[in-house]
Amino acid sequence: MNIKNQFKEGLITNNPVLVQLIGMCATMAITTTLFNGVGMGLSVLIILTCCNVVVSAIRKIIPNEIRLAIFVVIIAGFVTIVDLLLQAYIPALSAALGVFIPLIVVNCIIIGRAEAFCQKNTIGASFFDGIFQGLGYTVVLIIMCVVRELLGSGRFGGGLIDVANGFRLTMDGTGAGIQLFPADLGASILTLPFGGFLTLGVLIAVMQYALKKSAQKKQLAEKAEKEGEE
Amino acid sequence: MLTNIISISLGAILINNFIFSQFLGCCPFLGCSSKVETATGMGLAVVFVMGLASAICWVIDQYILVALHLEFLQTLAFILVIAALVQFVEMFLKKSVPSLYSALGIYLPLITTNCAVLGVVLLNVQNEYNFLESVVYGVTGGLGFMLAIVLFASVRERVEFSDYPECFEGFPICLVSAALLALAFMGFSGMQIFA
Repeated sequence: MNIKNQFKEGLITNNPVLVQLIGMCATMAITTTLFNGVGMGLSVLIILTCCNVVVSAIRKIIPNEIRLAIFVVIIAGFVTIVDLLLQAYIPALSAALGVFIPLIVVNCIIIGRAEAFCQKNTIGASFFDGIFQGLGYTVVLIIMCVVRELLGSGRFGGGLIDVANGFRLTMDGTGAGIQLFPADLGASILTLPFGGFLTLGVLIAVMQYALKKSAQKKQLAEKAEKEGEE
Repeated sequence: MLTNIISISLGAILINNFIFSQFLGCCPFLGCSSKVETATGMGLAVVFVMGLASAICWVIDQYILVALHLEFLQTLAFILVIAALVQFVEMFLKKSVPSLYSALGIYLPLITTNCAVLGVVLLNVQNEYNFLESVVYGVTGGLGFMLAIVLFASVRERVEFSDYPECFEGFPICLVSAALLALAFMGFSGMQIFA
């Protein structure tokens, strides 16, 4: 298993949200501003990487019957650490994400990777798996945020980019973002729950379309190659 | 007191529905909703576990975690309580109420990872509900989940026979129908009861 392959799997061919279809509650709930999306994505990335490393480090001494309970305890431990760190250093993010930070415990991505990948692979491979799966998750969150924010309220980078004090990134969630067109021209319904379901549905449809197209292309190329040989 | 309870119940079932306005419990909502019968089974199991988990976690939070100043262990403690609770409920039902057990059957173990259950327990703490309010919020939150999943399953049974673009097959079309249901539930948003 090489790193390049893992990168491609995490981001595209085995993307946690768009292909494995897991971890969707938070994906739909918090993607209203770029600030939330980036914050949530990075939190999951950190927790996932830490859990992957620990699980794969102790994979040989975990009794098979109680492995799920052990995974849950490890995950809950890291989630609590991240939760407390966010409360202390980025309180705005902690307030914006609210109950969804502790709910990372039951996010299927983390327990799914522990079960499907880290149990059978070395620490190094699990470490990169955590990073790339986490990145894949973050990228989807960012796409969702950008689409919903832009079409919903005409802004880009709300909470994260502070335009008033020169272009800079803020960590306190007060940045107004870049207003690309007046907010009342936007379809504000996209920032409501309706928009969460719809945007994710369309994104997955686009992904299915792209994967199907690339599979067809591959088939055609193989066919042409065979005919060429004959 | 009574008005408070009514406002919590209506809020949990309609106004702040767990699925359509809080996005808690979306995985089983999308996973177990292909038939109305399975959706009903899942809904019943969730009502049951959410009510019980609210009650037990409230007691543990008040008399162990808060009393010993261990509030930072809430997430860890609650998820363990829920996992153990689900296991016990499964064993208990198997022994003493086999008819209910066979009806809920495979859905029970899945509930451990349902974020609506952990969510309701955490929200109880956040909203500083007392024991009765917590239990009411748990049960009615579960009823809201059940309403959503049964409605959605009935929609899905019809969507199967309709004509939609090929790339929307499977999950995406479900999400789009869920979006339309969420739109309907938006009609309740912003309502205030006895406030």
